Amino acid sequence: MEKVLTRYIQPDGVPLDARAYERAGGYESVRKALRMAPKDVTETVKQSNLRGRGGAGFPTGMKWSFVPTGPNAPRPKYLCANADEMEPGTFKDRLLLESAPHQLIEGMILAAYAIAADVAYIFIRGEYILAIERLQKALAEAYEAGYLGKNIQGSAFSLEMYVHASGGRYMCGEETGLLNALEGKRANPRTKPPFPQVSGLFGKPTIVQNVETLSNLPHIINNGPEWFKKLSKSEDSGTKLYGVSGKVKQPGLWELPMGTTIRELLEEHAGGMREGLAFRGVLPGGASTDFLTAEHLDVKMDFGGVQKAGSRLGTGTMIVLDDRTCPVGMVRNLEHFFAQESCGWCTPCWSGLSWSEQLLTSIEEGRGKPDDLEKLEFICKFCAPGNTFCALAPGAVEPLQSALKYFREDFGRHIQAQHCPWR
Amino acid sequence: MLSAEERHEIEEELKRYPSKRAVSIDAMKIVQRRRGWVSDEALRDIAELLEISADDLDSVATFYNLIFRKPVGRHVIMVCDSVSCWIMGYDRVREHLTKRLGINMGETTPDGRFTLLPIVCLGTCDHAPAMMVDQQLHRDLDAEKIDKILEQCS
Ligand SMILES: Cc1cc2nc3c(=O)[nH]c(=O)nc-3n(C[C@H](O)[C@H](O)[C@H](O)COP(=O)(O)O)c2cc1C
Ligand code: SF4
Ligand code: FES
Repeated sequence: MEKVLTRYIQPDGVPLDARAYERAGGYESVRKALRMAPKDVTETVKQSNLRGRGGAGFPTGMKWSFVPTGPNAPRPKYLCANADEMEPGTFKDRLLLESAPHQLIEGMILAAYAIAADVAYIFIRGEYILAIERLQKALAEAYEAGYLGKNIQGSAFSLEMYVHASGGRYMCGEETGLLNALEGKRANPRTKPPFPQVSGLFGKPTIVQNVETLSNLPHIINNGPEWFKKLSKSEDSGTKLYGVSGKVKQPGLWELPMGTTIRELLEEHAGGMREGLAFRGVLPGGASTDFLTAEHLDVKMDFGGVQKAGSRLGTGTMIVLDDRTCPVGMVRNLEHFFAQESCGWCTPCWSGLSWSEQLLTSIEEGRGKPDDLEKLEFICKFCAPGNTFCALAPGAVEPLQSALKYFREDFGRHIQAQHCPWR
Repeated sequence: MLSAEERHEIEEELKRYPSKRAVSIDAMKIVQRRRGWVSDEALRDIAELLEISADDLDSVATFYNLIFRKPVGRHVIMVCDSVSCWIMGYDRVREHLTKRLGINMGETTPDGRFTLLPIVCLGTCDHAPAMMVDQQLHRDLDAEKIDKILEQCS
């Protein structure tokens, strides 16, 4: 398979410096784009059908087209790379940040050029120390080589780019929470509309885009939309960084055509389950996606395929549940995370999620009551899309509602026996 | 009082944003890097520099996991307690650490050497269980590895 996102990544993971990156073909797309009109860059990305890799899968080119342009558009405009990556089970952007920082910067220059942004921030979680160091070095090199700053490569386009290391909170990854965090506030979400494309950071037009999404852009501009579509095995174009964690033989991260099946990922790339363990289920796209089970192994890991099966592609990094791990304990761990990271803005979320954690803890510890499962189901409905201010709570109940469906017997056994059968 | 260096570093950050309060988190991190934590006094000094109220800044400080409003030990151990690490043996890692250090999660050893904290997914789930000690990530943890890491911390 043709490597795209991982093309510049060396076996030892140390990133190429600007010179070596240019020799390998890096920054070529910037020169090409600067000869195009910004709206043609947007059009190329639209035609490629690139969809956001941060979880929601929104079409990237379309998002850009909502940004006001022309001489009367508000200035400055902003671009933010979302490098917050705090969704449990997700470890894909780290690779791109640590091992291909120039590719991200190149992609950001293209996105900024398309929407005529003046300033770009890389919003990165504070724990990613190595990535922050490498990004800062790469930024300095990119300024030095004339790809950032005033009149980039002799053109009329100028762009400043900075790194912001986060104070740490899952809500910072939510697009409008991220904007509040960058403004030095608590990362509560904002009301939409107005959408950030129109009124975002400091009240100005802003685009927030995932690291993996941005890292695709140089290749799309270099090779064209048709080439990008052909990389995939499905309706959704491009390649995808897929990850597998849990008790498989070889947990890991691989770049593969979009639409690779769960079975191929688990069996060929992750080497199957560890000796003596059986597969029970999987969260296909990180902590906030619904469980899928053995009947779904042939589902294609693309936006439509996973959705049809009743879950979401999310971040494309899956977490495997084996038969020696308690599903109730696993869901309890997940709801603990979501309850802790809830920003407290709306009631279904802060109240419902901590209640779900309490119920799951009592079931796991052998104090569960028969009507606890109905209460948990009630919480899932209470936190459904439309009842909460942002997508944290609806995402949080996805693994819970699907565990109640697929592992209901296991919940029942806990309550009947008044202890966890796995202990 | 903020040191000249702290002040200088914060002023460098200010150049990157159109508003002063935008550097709230960066400023607290700059101070924390030198002092280990953000005291009430430091909070007031930063708030004054950024022209916001200390209460306002405190409401920001307490929102974020990586800003410490209480003193911490010389080394901060942050153990990932999220789902992949939980599946791969977080409970064993926690038990080993709490036993070895004689403290619970959220506490500091009496000699001020270690503070033990939980942290959410460190983005290295294919090498779970994982933890960070100060600025360094440690992966594929077992008891032996943990002991070696602890020994290296003075
Ligand atoms: C609670 C929460 C956390 C999120 N965290 C991230 C994150 O860490 N990284 C990310 O790219 N998107 C995250 N998102 C999705 C963003 O809101 C947004 O959709 C995304 O950054 C848009 O970029 P994309 O279109 O390139 O995917 C999160 C969403 C929610 C609700
Ligand atoms: S759903 Fe949760 S995280 Fe989102 S605004 Fe409401 S309380 Fe905050
Ligand atoms: S769950 Fe521990 S590193 Fe991801």
